[in-house]
Amino acid sequence: MNNNQKNMDASEPKYINRRQILKNLATLPVFGVFFLALQKKWDRKAEQKEEILKRLGLDDASAEAQPPPVIKHAGDLIRIGIIGIGNRGEQLAEALGYGHPDWIGRQRNERLEDWLAQEDLNVAITGVCDVFDQRARRGVEISDCDIRPTRIKARRFRNYREMLDSPEVDAVLIATPDFHHAPMTIAAAAAGKHIYCEKCMTRTEEEVHAVETAVKGSGIVFQLGHQNHQNGAFIRARDVIRKNILGKVTLVECTSNRNSPYGAWVRHTDKKGNLRPGNADTIDWSEWLGDRPKVSFSLERYYNWTLWWDYATGLSGQLMSHEIDTAGQLLGLGIPASCKASGGIYFYKDGREIPDVFQAVLEFPEKDLTFLYSASLASNHDRGRLFMGHDATMRLSNTLEISIDQESTRYEKEIASGMFDTAQPMLAFNPGSNRLDAITSASEKYYASRGLYYTYHRGRMVDTTHLHLKEFLNAIRYATPVSVSIEKGVAVTIACHMATRSFREERPVRWDPVERKIV
Amino acid sequence: MNDKNDRQHNDTQFSLNHVQQAGLVILRVFIGWHFLYEGMIKWTDPEWSASVFLKSSTWILSGFFIWLTENDTLLAGVDFVNQAGLVIIGIALIAGFMTRTAAVTGIVLLGLYYLAFPPLFDGGVSAPGGDQYLLIDKNLIEMAGLYLLFAFRAGNVIGIDALIKIKKVSQKYEQ
Repeated sequence: MNNNQKNMDASEPKYINRRQILKNLATLPVFGVFFLALQKKWDRKAEQKEEILKRLGLDDASAEAQPPPVIKHAGDLIRIGIIGIGNRGEQLAEALGYGHPDWIGRQRNERLEDWLAQEDLNVAITGVCDVFDQRARRGVEISDCDIRPTRIKARRFRNYREMLDSPEVDAVLIATPDFHHAPMTIAAAAAGKHIYCEKCMTRTEEEVHAVETAVKGSGIVFQLGHQNHQNGAFIRARDVIRKNILGKVTLVECTSNRNSPYGAWVRHTDKKGNLRPGNADTIDWSEWLGDRPKVSFSLERYYNWTLWWDYATGLSGQLMSHEIDTAGQLLGLGIPASCKASGGIYFYKDGREIPDVFQAVLEFPEKDLTFLYSASLASNHDRGRLFMGHDATMRLSNTLEISIDQESTRYEKEIASGMFDTAQPMLAFNPGSNRLDAITSASEKYYASRGLYYTYHRGRMVDTTHLHLKEFLNAIRYATPVSVSIEKGVAVTIACHMATRSFREERPVRWDPVERKIV
Repeated sequence: MNDKNDRQHNDTQFSLNHVQQAGLVILRVFIGWHFLYEGMIKWTDPEWSASVFLKSSTWILSGFFIWLTENDTLLAGVDFVNQAGLVIIGIALIAGFMTRTAAVTGIVLLGLYYLAFPPLFDGGVSAPGGDQYLLIDKNLIEMAGLYLLFAFRAGNVIGIDALIKIKKVSQKYEQ
């Protein structure tokens, strides 16, 4: 037996007695302290959140209602015709619940489950119309999606006029290049078809008035494709504005940043530089050109139409329209009084006509507000979307953050008492829970700031286009309102045309509310 | 006495003085407290899931971590292991019960956290305004702490492990 063993035998107890039990359980009271501390922390956190939300008037915050669910009954099936079934057209079909087998096969499990969990909208795609044979064929295959029991294999129409004449179509989705939107909308309204039209609503100012007259006189349902109205963060943002949490908002700054050829509408080649499919034999070029100046077939014009003024309205109609629509839906802006725009072709020297760097300043003196827009197609630096008020600033994307202004008069007391921290965003929207919440911990701040505060498996991600289309279909079925009616579409589109005009004519432009025209 | 018994005796003997023993217990309770709190926070947050953490993981194992999130059942398992694992390890360390098993399990969990976001030469900032690390971060430091608890059989100082040990010894002497 060595010394250690002797020591142990001498010092260590051989029987359990009360003293040993007490000694060895001495750490157990730590649990009591732990749970008391935990309870205190939770109570404090709950109180703090409640107090912050109360001071801001958000304590009664309840999520706005989603469009009512589809009630299935006989004869209720809505038959859809899709005009233009390229990238966006396919996305619209997917939002309706119809996917091409190739596309379904490419979806990862989680995305596929989210998609399959989408509500059945009780629609059939009965017509597709595209000038490109390949796309029209794909469209027919999409309509025959065997997931949907209500499917009816679509008929391919050679042009939209034939489709509008057909009694097999109740509503049309227009996802063509922008210059077709107005003639198609006017014809569809005349044919009594309900219309879901992608932005930009028209190519010219004159067309805006023609579309407005046609839609208003027809009694059909019209929805413009600004689907971000359905985004949970935007719904919360409307609540924030309505409750005047930001104080007086005098400046809205919206931006677009992209930095890839695809993002800059160079789309006639794939990533390897190979030409994308299509030629004069498979694309009905004359139908594609419509009333535009006759030019010989060009694959570039077909895929990259956005780059020519003959077909589009530049960055204002393509990207700013979403931004001015966002500001409009939150602040009820209407048509701007004036606009100054500038920019240039500074990066893509590829013969394009539209600028790749573009700025527009739109004034709303009646609202005491300037809307500032800035875009670059040659830098990805994310500058976000800011609503600047005297008392707080809201940063809105898929998430929403509110930072209290240090010089706010409304929250002076709360800032002085330390309840409101002006150094960090204080409120954040968590898309997973669809709830606007006070931020009280460092990790919450981190996740909110990184836009990572999603729950991917418990709260399913829902496509906003699906919700926007659902709202459109509900309006047809139950005469419920749509988010982007023709009136709102007119205001947004006029604002876009003002920016385009100002840029092209290199002068400030104004809106004449009496004559209802841009001067 | 054979080799095995010899080793056991060497492992279970204490030549630590009271100050050293107190240090060991304090380290054990503190690490246990931290595990228990981390676990409770995750357990009581209905929206918590490891998926955000795993999806944004970096370095060579990120493929594996992302794969874990792609199957709902698997992810639910990962979530449960994290929540329950942290809580159980925390309780075990504070109570000094099965301390060595708890320490090793804790080392494995922390090792996975470390591998998901190792503070390599690029980056290494945990959060805005957070701590700065180069190769060694708090996960590794806590792992080293757990290693000490394992090596010194910290449950045998003041803990249920000690009671169990005494019981075994007393039974042996009764025989």
